[in-house]
Amino acid sequence: MAEVCLALVVVGITAYAVLGGADYGAGFWDLTAGGAQRGGRIRGMVQRSMSPVWEANHVWLIFVLVVVWTAFPVAFGSVFSTLAIPLFLAALGIIFRGTAFALRGHAATIREARVLGATFALSSVLVPFSFGAALGGVASGRVPVGNAAGDMVDSWLNPTSLLIGVLAVLTGAYLAAVFLADDSVRAEQPDLARAFRARALGAGAVTGLVAVGGLAVLRSDARALFDGLTSGGGLVLVLISAAAGAVTLALVWTGRFGPARFSAAAAVAAVTVGWVLAQRPYVLPPRLTLDAAAADDTVLTTLVAGLGIGALVLLPSLWYLYRLVLQGRLDQDYEPLDQRFRPLSASDERDAGDAGRAGGAA
Amino acid sequence: MPDAGFLTLAVEQVDGALGRTGGPDALVARRMQALSLAVHIPIVCFGIAFPAMILFVEGLYLRTGDVTYKALAKRWSKVALTLFAVGVVTGTILSFEFGLLWPNFMATFADVFGVGFALEGISFFVEAIFIAIYVYGWDRLGRRAHFLVGVPIVLSGFTGSFWVLGVNAWMNSPTGFTVVDGRVTDPRPLEALLTPNLGHELAHMYLAGYMVTGFIVAGVYAGGWLKGRRDRYHRTALVVTLAFAALASAAQGIVGDWAGRRVADSQPVKLAAFEGLARTQAGAPFTIGGIYDADRGEVRYGIHIPKMLSLLAHHDPNARVTGLDAVPPRDRPPVNVVRVAFQTMVGIGVALGLVGLVFVLTWLRHRRLPRSRWFYRAVVAAGPLSLVALIAGWVATEVGRQPWIVYEVMRTSQAVTRADGLEVGFAVLVAVYAGLAAAVAWLLRRLARRPPETEVAGAPATEASRA
Repeated sequence: MAEVCLALVVVGITAYAVLGGADYGAGFWDLTAGGAQRGGRIRGMVQRSMSPVWEANHVWLIFVLVVVWTAFPVAFGSVFSTLAIPLFLAALGIIFRGTAFALRGHAATIREARVLGATFALSSVLVPFSFGAALGGVASGRVPVGNAAGDMVDSWLNPTSLLIGVLAVLTGAYLAAVFLADDSVRAEQPDLARAFRARALGAGAVTGLVAVGGLAVLRSDARALFDGLTSGGGLVLVLISAAAGAVTLALVWTGRFGPARFSAAAAVAAVTVGWVLAQRPYVLPPRLTLDAAAADDTVLTTLVAGLGIGALVLLPSLWYLYRLVLQGRLDQDYEPLDQRFRPLSASDERDAGDAGRAGGAA
Repeated sequence: MPDAGFLTLAVEQVDGALGRTGGPDALVARRMQALSLAVHIPIVCFGIAFPAMILFVEGLYLRTGDVTYKALAKRWSKVALTLFAVGVVTGTILSFEFGLLWPNFMATFADVFGVGFALEGISFFVEAIFIAIYVYGWDRLGRRAHFLVGVPIVLSGFTGSFWVLGVNAWMNSPTGFTVVDGRVTDPRPLEALLTPNLGHELAHMYLAGYMVTGFIVAGVYAGGWLKGRRDRYHRTALVVTLAFAALASAAQGIVGDWAGRRVADSQPVKLAAFEGLARTQAGAPFTIGGIYDADRGEVRYGIHIPKMLSLLAHHDPNARVTGLDAVPPRDRPPVNVVRVAFQTMVGIGVALGLVGLVFVLTWLRHRRLPRSRWFYRAVVAAGPLSLVALIAGWVATEVGRQPWIVYEVMRTSQAVTRADGLEVGFAVLVAVYAGLAAAVAWLLRRLARRPPETEVAGAPATEASRA
């Protein structure tokens, strides 16, 4: 039963990394889109793509938390006390991201939209980085069992954490660019599709390079994790992930964005499973094993049964949502974000220039 | 006072899976948790009650074809979606805080009650899905399909609060596990989630959701009414919200009595703190107002009504009511906080009931809204007051449970994190929530000012658009 619950956690992390990660990645492209006018079209596309789905995507995070604390309570308590700082930062980022995004839809002037947009976009980078850093602390064996028993700083400010944090941001950006390219095609905006294609290719290449280079970081900082990833099942899944990443690049290159969605998701899923295999049998390496961490069998059985019954309601609902979305039935009319407001005046031009420079500096 | 005079604890206390001692800052952690709950719970009220009101209005539209109803339902649904989005993040913060602030509580007991949150998570997921389809599906789905899409939102709002309150009821009357040598063994999740306290907590909170949502939304339109906005659109909004709020207020009177008697039975010390009752006695008086003086063991400057507490708590004027002296001082909650919160809740609740009564009587006799401007001023005030009562009620029950996080089994001070810097986190969170509150207020004002969408009868939302 412990394995079943671990599998549920892996499914949840993967779903959140793919769907939630893409929403954060969309925020990354929003951040780097340039001045109000130049970036308005990109931002409009981000707004349109994310609006109907981001809340449902975000719930995967809740799912992961709930399954972990019910099935592996000691691990949950240990992780959340030692890694309190990055997890608190992630929580703050989640507040800012969600609120700013929801409010931007109601902004009445370009100035309001810009402030809210910057908040949304910056927190979209903060959240995946913080989660990645926390994950790196666990994977590199820096979280011992106990109430804040680990080092509050070194547990997440270390080479492995930085690597995984950066990779999380890049992966999200890559996924988002692929998804947004496909959405742009459906919205009949070929120039936007080209823009996102270029971003997808760039982000994909950078992500791949950082991932390969990162192996050297893992080798020196987290030897056990490195060994797990370069042998046995871990290695197989790393190779699958790399292959899926390459296939995605090829699909994006040739403009087949629809299938690229799935191969990109497969790449993320493979590397998540690979990580779990690499640190097997530990939940919190180097001591707490899966069996020791798992709750009583009655609890695990009730949890799985409860989730199973819930899935009977949930899965058809999800299927209905994504079907409506992919059919374009819930599509909002596309409009560049800056054009919702009154015609730009001279002072706005000046402001737009400022924001463009600020965006460039970031 | 001899120890023998104290109640014996129902269950053995636990050591905690992450160690016997907690951190030094339980008070800061409690304040942080209280702040986050105070932000989240009002939004939950809208999640519980607003979808039902929206569907009611959309149902009126389907029956009559009157586009005023459609415009109103559409406007409300957009507000509901925005509040839901804010609720998604504030709810996430809460689940983070369980681990960030109370790691030892989670490590020790999350297996016992965690399934409740798993089921709540599913409800929440379903709610997120259908609220998105509902709001983005206006004029894109068929009329009947659109209405039906709203039904799961109402149902999942109910099941979600059911499971969360199941966990809270468990914290107040913990069962479903055994303590052996300070370790929690033999967890029985379903027994833990379906405790006898769930019934009244659920009913009490569910009705509170309708009261808060009803009075806040009514307050917005009553403000408009006072400024002369009295067309059909505004009148419909007022009648619907006031009707829901008034009916809920009336029912809350009955449920409140039930809840009080349940607390008297299962958590007598909490009830003693509600009332500032120092000594166990028969024919206990009820005291309105005043301040509890712990040294003297009595409430000073209050109005005493003889035998009233015995009557309220046990429906018998001579019944014996447990006082604070039943447990040693270290096991008593801070009496004045709990008592002031409790009396605030009851006082405001009664006032809100009277506002509702005026509305219902006028409506039944004349089929119209009251004419007095004072009525509308009262409704404007009722919105914020209902929020105060809501928070006060939660303060009463949560602070009234102290010093226990799990009643008589685990102390709050044992559950808290040993991580440093809680004060910093608290200060940051205060600033963030202040910003969040300002942003939401800004948005609601903007939405309220915008003129209603003009709906054209029989336009796009037809079966044809489904093809």
